[in-house]
Amino acid sequence: MSTDVEKNVSVKTPSDRGQGPAGPRERVMSRTVAMVIMGAFTLYFLVPIWWLIVAGSKDQRSILTTNPLWFADFHMLQNLGDLFSYRDGVYLEWLRNSILYAGVGGAVATLLAGMCGYALAKYTFRGREAIFNLVLGGVLVPATALALPLFLLFSKVELTNTFWAVFLPSIVSPFGVYLTRIFAASSVSDELLEAARLDGAGEVRTFFTVSIRLMAPALITVFLFQFVTIWNNFFLPLIMLRDESLFPVTFGLYSWNTQLNQLPELRSLVLIGALVSIVPLIIAFLSLQRFWRSGLAAGSVK
Amino acid sequence: MTTVATPLKATKVPRKRVQHKRAIVFFVAPFAVLFTLFYLIPIGYAIRQSLLVVERDGTFGDPTEVFGGFSQYARVFQDNDFLSSVGRMFVFGAVQVPVMLGLALLFALLLDSPLLRGKRFFRLAFFVPYAVPGVIAAIMWGNLFSPRLSPFTGVTSNVDFLGSDLVLWSIANVVTWVFVGYNMLIIYSALLSISPEIYEAARMDGAGQFRMAWSIKIPLVRSALVLTAVFSIIGTLQLLAEPQVFQSFSSAVTSTFTPNMSVYATASIPNSNLAAAMSVVLALVTFVLSFSFLKFTQRKGA
Repeated sequence: MSTDVEKNVSVKTPSDRGQGPAGPRERVMSRTVAMVIMGAFTLYFLVPIWWLIVAGSKDQRSILTTNPLWFADFHMLQNLGDLFSYRDGVYLEWLRNSILYAGVGGAVATLLAGMCGYALAKYTFRGREAIFNLVLGGVLVPATALALPLFLLFSKVELTNTFWAVFLPSIVSPFGVYLTRIFAASSVSDELLEAARLDGAGEVRTFFTVSIRLMAPALITVFLFQFVTIWNNFFLPLIMLRDESLFPVTFGLYSWNTQLNQLPELRSLVLIGALVSIVPLIIAFLSLQRFWRSGLAAGSVK
Repeated sequence: MTTVATPLKATKVPRKRVQHKRAIVFFVAPFAVLFTLFYLIPIGYAIRQSLLVVERDGTFGDPTEVFGGFSQYARVFQDNDFLSSVGRMFVFGAVQVPVMLGLALLFALLLDSPLLRGKRFFRLAFFVPYAVPGVIAAIMWGNLFSPRLSPFTGVTSNVDFLGSDLVLWSIANVVTWVFVGYNMLIIYSALLSISPEIYEAARMDGAGQFRMAWSIKIPLVRSALVLTAVFSIIGTLQLLAEPQVFQSFSSAVTSTFTPNMSVYATASIPNSNLAAAMSVVLALVTFVLSFSFLKFTQRKGA
């Protein structure tokens, strides 16, 4: 994907050079303005993260007293030790919970949405459009509007304050059905399915061996976005969970942050904890970007 | 048993039967069941709860829920805290969404133009904040805005970013910081899918970069812009995590600052019937707003 982009650019640039109406002086001007804008906004986007890295490396006192944008004493390893051992390692429990909620939940959600979207794209049956329209309506229903009734329903069956209270609602992704349907319609050809049928492969087997591979970019996109949605989910843990050991990491950090007035020593833990929690996400996103970008394009073109 | 029944049934129904029925059920049923359980039933339940009122026999009698018609809705529309939280989000969205999408469009156009070098770097750098969960971003910016911790004390000691005048826009900044890069990539993906031949013709006619962006690129990425706008509108009305975190930094953020905070505060009283009515109103407002935006932009396009 990225090589495509560069190629695209290098094709455009030479043909553009000399042919454009702008004189060379104007060209230099526009280039400079463009670089200045992008440079300024690079600072806007990255300085807060840089600040967090620096803050994560400082002990309690020097966070408040030394230059916030440069290292003072390199205290990061001790901070990490403190973070992981605080209250018998509750932070590690939060991390594990987040990975279960978002990783496992996102994977299950993707599989179920992919299966449904595939069926909606590749089979004709009664009620197909009705289901799709219902799911589309579901995309527009704000997830937070569901949090309260989910809480009321879960408290009827006494499942609030359990793992399932956050996990189960997370494995439904209407957006995933929408995206995989569009993607399957264009990327899984009917001829291929007919060929698989002639070979005697069952429908389900064909899906898991052939179609799922063709749908991979869309599935990875759905997984990443569902992963992020669950990882960032705030209302559901807020309303469902009381037991600290069930918290996802973002919610746990929120709960520490609210206690700062009583326990100011938590500040350095909140900051190093925030840093630790975002590093895996940034790495995952940047390393998987060539997959999800093509899925994103499919969704936006419609 | 079934081998006998099937051909019989087939002769009875002359029109073509749905093929691969069992496979379709296998693909659709898991999602459909979960969608029903965790989307449709909660929505129905919220509507039902919102139509009930709690009555007591005398002051100390047991509470019972009885049908109360639209009396909860009447209370929602008399609840000044809730109404002003909705109004606050309208003001927020009217400014933040255009600013964010305007920036996203500008960056996407610059990435797509020959004016820029180091596109790959900018694309990644601008996208990094999207990997930061709202809670963590709010904790980071809360610290950056606070007069004691900020690296920019020259600014934060003179401008009260966390006071009642500016805190709404400080929160808007957090949301913008997180989502600009994401929206930029959606628009950029749409730009990449435009075929280069279209530009060729414009170049022959002597159109410059600005002209090309304005008259060709922007109209062609309209559907991506509409998509990002709808998601942003939905997101704005759902705002919860960022202001909830900002409560720790600023006393200007009340417990009913956003509609969802009102829902949570009302549910914690506890008054789940009124909170359910608020949830329904909020979902409807969101739905109507995003739906009419879609219709409006479609009509304008036709």
